[in-house]
Amino acid sequence: MFTKFIDGLIEYHFLQNALVTATVIGIVSGAVGCFIILRGMSLMGDAISHAVLPGVAVSYILGMNFFIGAIAFGLLASIIITFISNNSTIKNDTAIGITFSSFLALGVILIGVANSSTDLFHILFGNVLAVQDFDKWLTIGISVLVLAIIAIFFKQLLITSFDPMMAKAFGMNVNAYHYLLMILLTLVSVTAMQSVGTILIVAMLITPAATAYLYTKRLSSMILLSSLLGGATSVIGLFIGYSFNIAAGSSIVITSAIVFLISFFISPKQQILRKKVLSV
Amino acid sequence: MLEVKNITVTYDGLSNAVDDVSFRIDQPSLVGILGPNGAGKSTMIKGILKLIPSQGETFYNNSPLKKVQKKIAYVEQKSAIDYTFPITVKECVSLGLYPSKKVFQKISTADWKQVDVALEKVRMLEYKNKQIGELSGGQFQRVLIARTLIQRADLIFLDEPFVGIDATSEKIIMNILYGFRNLGKTIMIVHHDLSKVEQYFGQLVIIDKRLIACGATKDVFTEENLIRAYGSSIIVKGSEKQCLPNL
Repeated sequence: MFTKFIDGLIEYHFLQNALVTATVIGIVSGAVGCFIILRGMSLMGDAISHAVLPGVAVSYILGMNFFIGAIAFGLLASIIITFISNNSTIKNDTAIGITFSSFLALGVILIGVANSSTDLFHILFGNVLAVQDFDKWLTIGISVLVLAIIAIFFKQLLITSFDPMMAKAFGMNVNAYHYLLMILLTLVSVTAMQSVGTILIVAMLITPAATAYLYTKRLSSMILLSSLLGGATSVIGLFIGYSFNIAAGSSIVITSAIVFLISFFISPKQQILRKKVLSV
Repeated sequence: MLEVKNITVTYDGLSNAVDDVSFRIDQPSLVGILGPNGAGKSTMIKGILKLIPSQGETFYNNSPLKKVQKKIAYVEQKSAIDYTFPITVKECVSLGLYPSKKVFQKISTADWKQVDVALEKVRMLEYKNKQIGELSGGQFQRVLIARTLIQRADLIFLDEPFVGIDATSEKIIMNILYGFRNLGKTIMIVHHDLSKVEQYFGQLVIIDKRLIACGATKDVFTEENLIRAYGSSIIVKGSEKQCLPNL
């Protein structure tokens, strides 16, 4: 089975593209996901990943690259959510729920108008095996940019995630870093859409990050481990998907979830197994 | 000199959580902010610092607060800070260096030595590589004070720093705060334990949504002011004052 996968990699260009793209997406999603879970924004990640759908549809209708429309709609959703939360007593999760479901519904309608049901399925559930050279290089380019921004602004992202009030008190523009993170999240969502589809992007963002959180006590170590896990589970998931002829996106997500489940029982922070053994 | 002018905070658009509070602190001092639960003590600090939307203005040495923000340190109630965040004790203290760092400037070896010195002062050096979640409440508060120490701020706001901490930690923190005061800094502390007010603070701001009194502790820590703030359930016995629940 493993030999078949290696042979496939040597022989088929589409599989090479899929492996590179899925791994890069796993790495970058793992890095951004750390900030998403630490800021309690998992639902926001879900919302933005769904909200890019109408952007993709509009891009398709206008004949543009889908990145442009997706980023515009992702950011629009984040602005609407933040505006509703900041200007009413409606809770954040409610604002998120209303916005992302509306955007998703709008996306489905627009895709229908564009008369392309096959694309809708690929957008919703991903099709990493169909990634073209241009999209692979675009994914690599965007991922390098996102990782570079995280490295450059690490200090600022750390303090605004951990103690935003302290940061605000000494004059840091906390909102600017919130929106910077929203831009990064949108960029990652659009790239990850190719791998696992809009429905499952949130899993790429939060599952490796949550697993890494269970093993680490520093943010930098958490980002490193989360990226490694994201990349590794993408490779394993793709291998399983290709070998058993099942949807690669779903097998990547399930692989990541299994790693989390094992970690939940054995990791130092949880120590569930150790506590069980000691209590017997 | 700290001058707070007409600070008003409204949460729901109908009633004021803090109503038109103005006061002036002329001398560098340890200032206690007192008032019953729900009096708006923490909200007033956030309003002064513009951490939440508020009306009114604040000046420090005649400059609007916005222009001297780098000189301000603020420590929120420790219960509001995410205790489970993946950050070590020394990293947490190093955050105090950020206001003096440029965007691309990294923490240097000399900076880490400063972090060690600050941790030594609060007797937390041996815990420097632990995650903050592994600390007790008192130890965590000492780490937050070490962060303030390294920040070299002139105006320090602390929200309920003594809640849920041990006597040793309280003593260590007070010694650091006395040191701050002796260096000419102004330290504003939201405080609830009336029994130690006269011992700790040179000046007081007493509020119950509106300003009740502001001035030297010996002048304003009076039965009359406390009854105005806390109601008649307050018991005053000599210098010992405590608050009983309203029955």
